Amino acid sequence: MAEGVFEVEDNNFDAEVLQSEKPVVVDFWAPWCGPCKAIGPVIEELAGAFGDKIRFTKCNVDNNPVTPGKFGITAIPTLIFFKDGKNVDQITGMVAKSKLEDTLNKLI
Amino acid sequence: MSIGVGVFLKICQERIMKNVDYDLVIIGGGPAGLTAGLYAARARLKTVLIERMVPGGQVLVTDWVENYPGFPEGISGIDLVQKMAEQAKRFGLEIETDDVLSLDLSGQVKEIRLNDKTITAHTILIASGASPRRLGIPGEDTFWGKGVSACATCDGPFYKDRVVAAVGGGDTAVQESIFLTKFVKKVYLIHRRDELRATGILREQALANDKIEFLWDSALTGIEGLTNVEKITVKNVRTGDEQKLPVNGCFIWIGILPNADFLGDSVERDEFGFVRANAHMETSVPGVFAAGDVRRTPLRQIATAVGDAAIAAFSAEHYIQNLEK
Repeated sequence: MAEGVFEVEDNNFDAEVLQSEKPVVVDFWAPWCGPCKAIGPVIEELAGAFGDKIRFTKCNVDNNPVTPGKFGITAIPTLIFFKDGKNVDQITGMVAKSKLEDTLNKLI
Repeated sequence: MSIGVGVFLKICQERIMKNVDYDLVIIGGGPAGLTAGLYAARARLKTVLIERMVPGGQVLVTDWVENYPGFPEGISGIDLVQKMAEQAKRFGLEIETDDVLSLDLSGQVKEIRLNDKTITAHTILIASGASPRRLGIPGEDTFWGKGVSACATCDGPFYKDRVVAAVGGGDTAVQESIFLTKFVKKVYLIHRRDELRATGILREQALANDKIEFLWDSALTGIEGLTNVEKITVKNVRTGDEQKLPVNGCFIWIGILPNADFLGDSVERDEFGFVRANAHMETSVPGVFAAGDVRRTPLRQIATAVGDAAIAAFSAEHYIQNLEK
């Protein structure tokens, strides 16, 4: 079942992302980041289309100091694609929606 | 009974007009594309705007816009383009998310090849914009998005109380360096010449900002680090002397390149790849227009993009009216 985009935090990141049975996408974002806000609706759309096979999450880098550091995030928006707890792909910045779809298809 | 040749031709022409998907296909959803979309929708041209991600273009990475008239306090880049998109949509502009792969401009009816379909149009507006140019130095690609950036509004806050380098001397480099000083301890602004090219007010602000240290007559030649950016090499272009400086990140604002790969040699372009278009925004191919940053033009601003686009939509409308005669 699709569940939209689930908010993850430092204290539940391991359980919700790394230990997830389904592949997971994490959208690292912040309220001050224009491009992050701009791509939000596209991420929601992709969650609608891929949500039964891939879990969509987002992590606010302002409220969660630990997780972004752990993955060396110094630029947002950054999407990290996890499979079996491993970082298998990473995209930073604004890219074509088709590139996101291709990356998601590889993750399934 | 036979019908007259004139009537027959008219029927043929109507059929041709009817079978074409759109009057106007706009490629790109930045300020130029959105403005053309607004004008075309109000002109009741059947129009679609093709955007690969979300409307906005480079304005999305602009934190604050202070030189677009009508907003005396300034406006954030994202708010401005979202308002533009909203305004165009209010008049019925259709926006589709897709990639334009190539154009076939050999016939009077133009073909636009997208990811999984081809659409046809009487006219095309190329408004695909431009992207930041890279320096092509060691470490730049390795650390792109991981310490090397062209977006201060996205990445500036990650460098709170840290030291960063910025490269360039134009409006973007200077304005964004000033913005960075809200967060960082220090910005080294590295510029090839001994004075800034940026407009007067930005020059004044930057020179008065004590968090900005200018490295004149200098070029960034290398970026190093293990997992993060740790130091850079800066070369004095006059003396040839090199120095290493410890920094935590680099921002590169050395101009732009047109987003025009899909054009191939379908329209005439200049030596840098920008599309040549005249004062009516007409390219070398009748019925194909260009507007905004992708066009060869002496100034690339939101204000110039929307001006180009209004003319381009007007020219497209006239071109279509002449087809119908």
